[in-house]
Amino acid sequence: MVQYRVDALDASFAALSDATRRGVLERLGRADASITDLAEKFDMTLTGMKKHVGVLEQAGLVTTEKVGRVRTCKLGPHRLQEVADWIDRYRQLWESRFDELDAVVEELKRKEKSDARDKRK
Amino acid sequence: MHAIRESEPMKNPTHIEQTSDREIVITRTFNGPARLVFEAWTKPELFTRWWLPKSYGMAIVSYEMDIRTGGTYRLALQRGTAEPMVFHGKYVEVTPPSRLVWTNEESPDGPVTTVTFEEKAGKTVVVVHELHPSKEALDRNRGAEAGMPESFEQLDELLAQA
Repeated sequence: MVQYRVDALDASFAALSDATRRGVLERLGRADASITDLAEKFDMTLTGMKKHVGVLEQAGLVTTEKVGRVRTCKLGPHRLQEVADWIDRYRQLWESRFDELDAVVEELKRKEKSDARDKRK
Repeated sequence: MHAIRESEPMKNPTHIEQTSDREIVITRTFNGPARLVFEAWTKPELFTRWWLPKSYGMAIVSYEMDIRTGGTYRLALQRGTAEPMVFHGKYVEVTPPSRLVWTNEESPDGPVTTVTFEEKAGKTVVVVHELHPSKEALDRNRGAEAGMPESFEQLDELLAQA
């Protein structure tokens, strides 16, 4: 299970390393679209877009469904959330650290000011 | 007229970005000059006050930090009465008040952390780069760093059930 999750995250990160693929996700976040639509929007050949969608699909970030002659793409269920969760938790760690560092810096500033005042006396 | 009360300063935002499959970059501005922010990173008694957020429910039980180029550090963190976790490594570069580089040697493929301090109009922009030796190393360490408190909570739950 743990290994499965690591592999899934790997695939997600690889899929997200490309600007076009991130753009496709952002687009699908607003509305489902066919591969033809996406190829047009991103000014790309149908084959090129199929490849990108394939990578996203393998990572579980996107699902596709063929109805008649049109293949419709939509966002996958949870995976993007999983990627965001990791970076979010890490940001929270640094945020909490830095909030406490703020307090230390404020204290050093006050101390420096009062030391300067003492010297002038 | 009444005196203006000193209000709590606004918190500056923390930005985090995975800039490549090996590197994570964290950026934050501090409302103070670089020499003071650098001091808070490089005086052990100050560093240990903020490095481990209180919300983590862990304590730094011991530390040895010889903060100079070529010096080493060793930090032991403990949650409750659990076995302490030890973090250790070497300071590769300590250049006041602008640059700090250390290694993380608790695992053989730990990252190298570079922190830069850039002063602009009395404020300091701190940029933390964590460069992992490989993509695989980042993936392994990712869980360890980000999931640290959660994994302890999970362990607590398991122990409570036992």
